[in-house]
Amino acid sequence: MTAELLIENVSLEFPLYHGNARSLKKTVLNSVTGRMANDARARVSVQALRDISFHLKAGDRLGLVGGNGAGKTTLLRILAGIYEPQAGHLRIEGSLNALLDPNLGMNLELSGRENITLRGLYHGLDPAGIRKLADDVAAFADLGDFLDLPVRIYSSGMVVRLGFALATAIRPQVLLMDEWFLAGDANFLEKARARLEDMVRGAEILVLSTHMPAVIHEWCSRVIWLDHGRIRADGAPDAVMGEYLSAPR
Amino acid sequence: MSAHTPFPAASARLELTSQPGFSARSALAWQDIAEAATMWHLCWTLSWLDIKLRYRGSVLGPFWLTLSTALMIASMGFLYAELFGMDLHEYLPFLALSIVLWNFIGALVSDACVCFTSAEGTIRSVRMPYTLFAGRVVLRNLLVLAHNVVVVVAVDVLLRVSPGQTALLAIPAFILWLLVGVALSILLGALCARFRDIPPIVGSVMQMAFFVSAVIWRPEQLKSQEHLLAYNPFFTLLEIVRGPLLGTVPPVGVYLSAGLFSAAIFLAAWLMFARVRGRIAFWI
Repeated sequence: MTAELLIENVSLEFPLYHGNARSLKKTVLNSVTGRMANDARARVSVQALRDISFHLKAGDRLGLVGGNGAGKTTLLRILAGIYEPQAGHLRIEGSLNALLDPNLGMNLELSGRENITLRGLYHGLDPAGIRKLADDVAAFADLGDFLDLPVRIYSSGMVVRLGFALATAIRPQVLLMDEWFLAGDANFLEKARARLEDMVRGAEILVLSTHMPAVIHEWCSRVIWLDHGRIRADGAPDAVMGEYLSAPR
Repeated sequence: MSAHTPFPAASARLELTSQPGFSARSALAWQDIAEAATMWHLCWTLSWLDIKLRYRGSVLGPFWLTLSTALMIASMGFLYAELFGMDLHEYLPFLALSIVLWNFIGALVSDACVCFTSAEGTIRSVRMPYTLFAGRVVLRNLLVLAHNVVVVVAVDVLLRVSPGQTALLAIPAFILWLLVGVALSILLGALCARFRDIPPIVGSVMQMAFFVSAVIWRPEQLKSQEHLLAYNPFFTLLEIVRGPLLGTVPPVGVYLSAGLFSAAIFLAAWLMFARVRGRIAFWI
């Protein structure tokens, strides 16, 4: 099955629950006294994405650019199926891996091996697959005897290596990647970079959110510029990046 | 040439359409439950690690639970047998079983309230069936119960009491408990994620329920008013498991009440889950 990603007219309003909106008493009182209409307005919400549509096929490498709060990470979360859209339609064919949070599922109290097992299970690997995963990750992260000790006592370098090795071990058809993942690439060892490049090349579809023009030029064949939750430009990297970088900010 | 063996992620398909009607939402809710059922291995590992983490570094490990339950039952047993003027040989097996079962219910209900909020990190970084977290709450408490059951068995062996074959009736009732536990975790987990003042309310309801549900006193002590207990769902749900384990078959009224209450929880959980499943990620 070839990978495909289709997103049509997706909008997302992000409710902000704080103070009174969290209170059962206030909500019940409002509904009893017939002030429901006020309540709907009193609840602050942010229009995070408006009317987003695009279609990606195998081989497409999409870069998402835009300022802070433009909706890049929210869009990646929608593509990953974490946030369900309130308007529009989303269809993704093919296995998916989203590198959104460097510490996904990493529990500092558990040992390195237990963390690897959990990640394997989250991805639906069988026991044999998990053993192979553990060997692969342990070899890459160079943990040695620390593999069976709690992650809490690792050096910060070991934690980074473990997180990176885990995130890049599972090869999806559709790879969603947030910019943190490339942010420190100048400091990565040569083998880390090779491993990441290998993974990106292996993916049929890449969606990458980033601030860095160099990353876009290296990886992407198409760029979408998000501005306040809307698509402001969509097209070839050179054209969109030229417009994006020259826009007044 | 790649330096390491690639692990292909499981093949998958994701399709989401907004503003679905109730039937489309129900289909998604049902899909969530079915997906969670295929991930029992992950659910089991998460539950086991929860217990292991809680007691990591302690000598007795989870058997601290057993020890503290034993101490509680011993001290309460002597005190209340004296207060109620009952024979310790008769009262202690009753109390041991009641306390162990009630602790299971109480811990399950309070864990149910944080079912989704405590899994915030996972829910916001990867798409997982929500039922998985409900299953984790139930399995984790089942593991705790398994450690505490040792106390009940020890008391029964020491005092040479046995419920006989009637005890088998407790098995279907206990399976009902586990299913109600999953439904309750979904229901309370979603409610408590949305309204943060619900957990304290649940806490005080459970505390009150402990005193009015014939946990430490025997139902017979109510004398002519005993029939009123059938209207207390906490009592009837407790009794369908406890009664058979003490060698008595609960009356039909008790089964009826427990069944109706369970059905109400299933219905409420299902309506809630089908309605708000897609919103939970925004609430936590």
